[in-house]
Order: sequence, then structure tokens, then C-alpha cells
Amino acid sequence: MDKRERIVRRIARELHDGDYVNLGIGMPTMVANHVPPGIDITLHSENGMLGVGPYPLESEIDPDLVNAGKEIVTELPGTSYFSSADSFAMVRGGHIDMTVLGALEVDEDGNLANWTVPGKMMKGMGGAMDLVAGAKRVIIAMEHTTKDGGHKILKQCALPLTGTKVVHMIVTELAVIDVTPKGLVLREIASDTTVDAVKKATGATLLVNGEPGRF
Amino acid sequence: MDKVLRSAEEAVALIPDGATVMCGGFGLCGLPENLIKALHDRGTRDLTIISNNPGVDDFGVGMLVRKKQVKKIYASYVGENKEFERQAIAGEIEYTLVPQGTLAERIRAAGAGIGGFFTPTGYGTIVAEGKETRVIDGRNYVLELPLHADFALIKAYKADTRGNLTYRKTARNFNPVMATAAKVTLAEVEEIVEPGKLDPDAIVTPGVYVAHILKGAHYDKRIERRTVRQLQAV
Repeated sequence: MDKRERIVRRIARELHDGDYVNLGIGMPTMVANHVPPGIDITLHSENGMLGVGPYPLESEIDPDLVNAGKEIVTELPGTSYFSSADSFAMVRGGHIDMTVLGALEVDEDGNLANWTVPGKMMKGMGGAMDLVAGAKRVIIAMEHTTKDGGHKILKQCALPLTGTKVVHMIVTELAVIDVTPKGLVLREIASDTTVDAVKKATGATLLVNGEPGRF
Repeated sequence: MDKVLRSAEEAVALIPDGATVMCGGFGLCGLPENLIKALHDRGTRDLTIISNNPGVDDFGVGMLVRKKQVKKIYASYVGENKEFERQAIAGEIEYTLVPQGTLAERIRAAGAGIGGFFTPTGYGTIVAEGKETRVIDGRNYVLELPLHADFALIKAYKADTRGNLTYRKTARNFNPVMATAAKVTLAEVEEIVEPGKLDPDAIVTPGVYVAHILKGAHYDKRIERRTVRQLQAV
């Protein structure tokens, strides 16, 4: 299975019935394709919408209806619209149960860097700093290492931070890692890897309590 | 009390060089595209722009950037505009990146007469550098100040002649909050109706915030990401 597909399928298992969920741009958006049967969630889009539906058919395209990635989407029965100020009040106020975001780096303290690489990538933080400050649970969806095999899970982030002590869980194609006050706990590993291989691909201390589960 | 202007050209003639101007819209959705185009055509210079995004290279706020009309910009996300990036790296344009929720709340604070607020957003990051911080009930917060403007250019769906506004779907975004935060709010809409024709319960921006309204001459409503699905055979 494709790495990203494996990551988003695993994250979808963290959803609870009734959750209000914000999915970041790119890979996190794909979590919506794998909501387990019997689980009914409401997707929040920070540009001012609760109840984001699927992409439209050609005949349903409406330029006044986009998600936070500026993709055209549809509404569902029960959708609501509101302003950007209301949308972020909702986020900071702790009303969103979970957000799934990508990362450039995450560290042992749950610090996250995902919005800029000085001198290389200038995009801006968009809503990410508000989401990590306000969502009840922050899950990171990312590939375990960089394209050259460099570590992304580190003792300490080197890039400018998005938030401090904000990440609750990291899901990669190799592992499910909980961020705890004691450090990073290896909870599950992929069915085709080993604890040693995961440790080698990780630039931080991984705590292992017994045999990790498989996914 | 008729607030209707004839055209976007008449509206932007009010804006002098050096003005601070808010522009509604999220990406290209809910964009005051007629007002921005008129401001571009008029060539007003040395503007400070407050907008979630700088548009794309050839549309939205990007048109003002490309014509070098913008001295400084406040935005949360600038990833879709190569010319903006070029000017920023070359030092030809000043910019301040503001987290999106903080941007919205700073604008809201300006419109609501709030002198500042403590937010958890950005604590411990470069966004908080040089700002007052405070621990409240065991949590860390950063002091953020209101963001005012001389003019707000906003896009609504319908207006009545008294300036009451309604919005449509996600084209609402920053428009209602910006309408409250400028000395002069100029609103462009798709349809202007007589008072009484809008459901008073459906009005999002009451006319007290709006100085002038105009009907947009033409709407491109450009789509940034044309994501469509195919009808699945069952």
C-alpha cells in the first residue's frame, strides 16, 4: 500500500462518533476518505464552514464554496457557514475535537515545525498556529523521514516552531507514536517493519513498553 | 440615506496614495474583485494591504503587487504568488505574516473597540517575539493588538440600499469582520435590493458598518483548485 494511504487509514481509526475534525491541506485531507463505518464526524474548514462534503460533480461546481486548501467542495445536510473570526474563535476556544496536520519536524516535547524553512520555503503559517493552540487533539500525519532519509522526529526541532508542546500523536508509514510527558512512546509499528528499524529512522529517544502493536 | 455608488471606479477614487486597505477574501473566494481591479487600474500607490493572502500572480491582490502599488502587506499565507515571493526576497515589499486566527481577531478587535487581547496562538514561536506574554490560569498567552484600516474593500452577496449585507457560502470568510474595522467600508455585491427585501434575520453585516455599496460589473470568480469527482457507476 502507498505510504500516505497507510498513514491516513491508521489516523482514521482515531476518529470518534460525533467528533468535529479539522483536516490540514494535502495528505491530512485524505483521512476523510477512510472514516470507519458507524462513525459520523463533522469536518471543519477554517475559512468558515462546518460540514464539508465531497468534491462536486462537474455540474455542481460553485466558486463560492471552497475548503481551506482552496479546493471546490460541496455542502451536506446540516452544513453551516460563518466568518473567519467565528471560525477561529471555535478553534482557539477548544471546540474542535481533533486536527490532523503535516510536519517538517516534531520533537520529544511535542513541539512542531511545519510552516517555514528560512531561505527556502516562504508560505506562511495560515491557520496552523491557531489549530495547534486550540484543537483538543493534534495528530501529525507525515512520512517518517525526509526524501534523503533524514530524521524528522528529533530530540529538538531546528526549524521555526508552529507551536510548543502541542502534538499528541505522530502517525507515519512506520509507526504510531504517542507524545507523553515522559517522552515519545512507540505504540504501534507497521506490519512490515521492526522496532530497531523504526528506532534507526528516528532522531529521538523512543520509549517501548513491551511489544508494540501492529498496523 | 442612499449608499449606492455607480461603479467600482467611483468607489476607489476615495482611496488616496499611502492608505491602509483591508481586502476581504480567502484565496480567490469571496474576493472584492471589481474594487481591486479598479484600484489596480487607477494606480493608487504606496498601499498597506491587510488580506489573508496576496492573491495569485495575475488576480486579486496579486494585481496590485505586480504593479508595485503595495508597500507593505499583512497576510497569513502567501504560498500561491511567485511575484510576491520575488519582491519579498528582493526586499521590494515589506510583509508581516500573522496567524490566520490572530489576523481575524486583531481585525475584530479593531472593529469592536478592544485595545488588545491575550491569545495562546503563537506562544513560544517567532510570532511572539518582542510581545508581552502572560500566564492566565496556568496557560501561556501572547498580547496581540488591534489592526485598523483606512478602507475595507469587501465582497458580499446582496445588499439593500441602506448597506445591510448578506453573504453566500464560504465567500463570507474575512468580509464581515473587515467591514467593521475600517474608517470607510466599500462593499461590492452581486445584487442591490430595496430595504425590506432582505430577511432582517439573515443580515450578517448591518448597514452601520458600511459607507458605500456598488454592484460589481463583472464576476470572474476564478477557481484555484478545480477538484471534481466523477459520477460512480453503481
